Amino acid sequence: MTENPQPQTPGAAAVAGGALRQAVVIGGNRTPFARSHGAYASAGNKDLLTAALNGLVARFGLQGERIGEVAAGAVLKHSRDFNLTRESVLGTVLDPSTPAREVQIACATGMEAIGGLANKIRLGQLDSAIGGGVDSISDAPIVFNDARSVLMDLNRARTTRDRIRAALRFRPGHLAPEAPGTEEPRTGLSMGEHQARTTHRWGITRQAQDELALASHHNMAAAYERGFFDDLLTPFGTLTRDNNLRADTTLEKLATLKPAFGRDLGEEATMTAGNSTPLTDGASAVLLGSEAWAAERGLPMLADFVDFETAAVDFVDGDEGLLMAPAYAVARLLQRQGLALQDFDYYEIHEAFAGTVLATLKAWEDESFCRERLGLHAPLGPIDRSRLNVNGSSLAAGHPFAATGGRITASLAKMLHEKGPGSLGLISVCAAGGQGIVAILRGR
Amino acid sequence: MSTDSYTALVNQPLGRTLAKALGLPQPVTLRRHAPGAPLVEGSVLVIGGGPAADRVAEQLLDWGQDVRRHPAAQDRYGAIVAAFDDVGTPADLSSTALQLGSVQRQLGPSGRVVTLFKDPAGTPDPAVRAARKGVEGLTRSLAHEMRQGATANGIVLGEDVPPGAPGAIGALRFLLSARSAFVSGQFIPVSSADGAAPRDWDRPLAGRIAVVTGAARGIGAAIAGILHRDGATIVGVDVPAAGEGLADVVNALSGSALQLDITAPDAGERILAHCRERHGRLDIVVHNAGITRDRKLANMDAAQWDSVIAVNIESQLAMNRAFLAATGDGVVAPGLRIASLASTSGIAGNAGQTNYAASKAAVIGMVSATAPLMTGGGTINAVAPGFIETEMTARMPFLTREVARRMNSLSQGGRPVDVAEAVSFLVSDAAGGTSGATLRVCGQGIMGA
Repeated sequence: MTENPQPQTPGAAAVAGGALRQAVVIGGNRTPFARSHGAYASAGNKDLLTAALNGLVARFGLQGERIGEVAAGAVLKHSRDFNLTRESVLGTVLDPSTPAREVQIACATGMEAIGGLANKIRLGQLDSAIGGGVDSISDAPIVFNDARSVLMDLNRARTTRDRIRAALRFRPGHLAPEAPGTEEPRTGLSMGEHQARTTHRWGITRQAQDELALASHHNMAAAYERGFFDDLLTPFGTLTRDNNLRADTTLEKLATLKPAFGRDLGEEATMTAGNSTPLTDGASAVLLGSEAWAAERGLPMLADFVDFETAAVDFVDGDEGLLMAPAYAVARLLQRQGLALQDFDYYEIHEAFAGTVLATLKAWEDESFCRERLGLHAPLGPIDRSRLNVNGSSLAAGHPFAATGGRITASLAKMLHEKGPGSLGLISVCAAGGQGIVAILRGR
Repeated sequence: MSTDSYTALVNQPLGRTLAKALGLPQPVTLRRHAPGAPLVEGSVLVIGGGPAADRVAEQLLDWGQDVRRHPAAQDRYGAIVAAFDDVGTPADLSSTALQLGSVQRQLGPSGRVVTLFKDPAGTPDPAVRAARKGVEGLTRSLAHEMRQGATANGIVLGEDVPPGAPGAIGALRFLLSARSAFVSGQFIPVSSADGAAPRDWDRPLAGRIAVVTGAARGIGAAIAGILHRDGATIVGVDVPAAGEGLADVVNALSGSALQLDITAPDAGERILAHCRERHGRLDIVVHNAGITRDRKLANMDAAQWDSVIAVNIESQLAMNRAFLAATGDGVVAPGLRIASLASTSGIAGNAGQTNYAASKAAVIGMVSATAPLMTGGGTINAVAPGFIETEMTARMPFLTREVARRMNSLSQGGRPVDVAEAVSFLVSDAAGGTSGATLRVCGQGIMGA
């Protein structure tokens, strides 16, 4: 600690005694999202992330540029991809001396990558950064756990006898793969089953969930039609749009679907394939920078990345829902920033399931939840629903786990820029493990 | 790109013998431009009695060429420049024409003949106009007689344009160089003394910001590449659906990608905004984006007709209005240069392409009418490609394609780069004396000749 807090040189970094500065969102890029085992079945995480980065480089003319840091990750990845982001960067036309690192906090990976980079920019440690994420269920690491233990023993064997003994233990059944799922390791329940309980507990109706899903598809289709995604997305492979998007879906069609989760609830099961996100492949990337870095290159400044907050809940032994952490994180973030829930022009609440969004909104309106769980004197209250996910969200686009944060951040930054300087946007992304990240962006 | 295996075959010893014996076309591999390569391979013969011949010879010496003023039987020429600027009656053509004929066989592979004469329309005198017009006929016929990839083209000087005008010198250099590999039997009108010679002839577009539409593939990608090679910074534009190819193109050229449907009402504004924000200026626009929806007119529906007109010409008109309105706002350069892609289909017509030919003929009309509206020395011209080897022509039926690519004086299809070279020349200051014109890049295709 220096005794003199004055900067030693003009424009010194905050970590060197200077002032904090803004971290601005310059823009973003993503691949179209594809339902798993479909359009991107033969593309891996590295292919997708490289494509998202190259599209970003093309949009902003960053060829040969040394970016301060690239942070991204994948929720499901091969062990051989331990340096996935660095390997992807090396596959782009960025300066190879651009450092890169892995980030992973389940579905909130993209938000953590972007938020962490924004903080480094604010502190003066970075002038530019790219944050994002990728996931490919089609490229998921398949594990042969039984065969694996035989093969490891075989490898450890020192004598021929040991080798034969180990090899003889091998059975055809050992080749049955264990695909990675969305089960929580501590409960054995899938994310959908967890949410089905939360949805039921909060009394969210099938009708309300289907209406939210319908709005997501219609809003996103309309956004595509008016060219909103023209500078947010670069086609990949055969896709030019997200192939989960159903522009022509109706409440009637959604109503015909049978419950997919919470079947043990019988007649009261409400969650279907229509109001839950499918497993999806895709990648996203967001370009961040200091104001000076953006201005020097004539790059747009869409929004400030103001602040972000991570929360976790006890869904194992406690009685909180697996995907309710953002409800807590928002309360803390609002308090820190001195804002009310109603102060925002746009709300981007990730639609893991329609029930997640609706349960979260209901919790914020619920007096006892806000008092007992969030420790507030009064409920956070309702939001203006016409400001929620106005260009669609994950129910329409799909949800490649780590790529969702980048999709939302880039879209919201563009919306806030169009809305005008000072406009405010709130992001909420729930994640496996009972976690979640929320963030605030301010338009410029 | 489709591969012309016939040309490859007849450039092998056995194939050459066969083609010769059977009287088949014998296309050669054309010399194409590479930075640093000599302007002309071999000496340059300059003939003609007027002031232009002296000025050209002087310029060529300045460029370090081996210049000859008198034919010699033992000489081999890389190029011959024949100046007819002083002809007063058709009988005056004789001496220079016959001198040209006497050395025709001494012209090397990918050789060049460039004629220089004054605009026939520039004089009311019947004998003078007849003589000048005669040079056109001579040049076109000579282009048909050229062998081994050689070409013949003309430079048409406006009445008051001196032969040393920047535009005349620029046109001379383009036509002599390998940049004009697939241009033959054509005329470049130099109607004003505007323009300037570049500091470096290998980087004539240094420091310029160039927008190229339809840049994701084919001819557009080639144009972006050649403009970048010549020094320009590229803003590649294409429809959002072509974004992956567009990203690959601009990433290879250190440019930027703008995914945009050019038929959007605000397309011009969005291009201007991109250029203003990223580069602070816009110097060059190449309207290359185009589509085909081929059908006989009797089978054509409104969607097929209207989409071709909307993309190929209405969008260009609308964008030009936006660019011209913004001229002088500090972003659009005062000497804005626009090049637009027409087609020989728009000149000759083509069965199954009434919509396309209408749009491409319309481009030719648009550039001629827009030329007088360009301010500050700005220019607008069109390039009309003939048969060019692209993904599009690779999908033609084999026989149709084989016939189409041989029906020109060079007996082969052009390459996207040939169109790109012509575009790059027309948007350079060296072509500043040329505006409102359409330059064909067709190897003197017989279509619409």
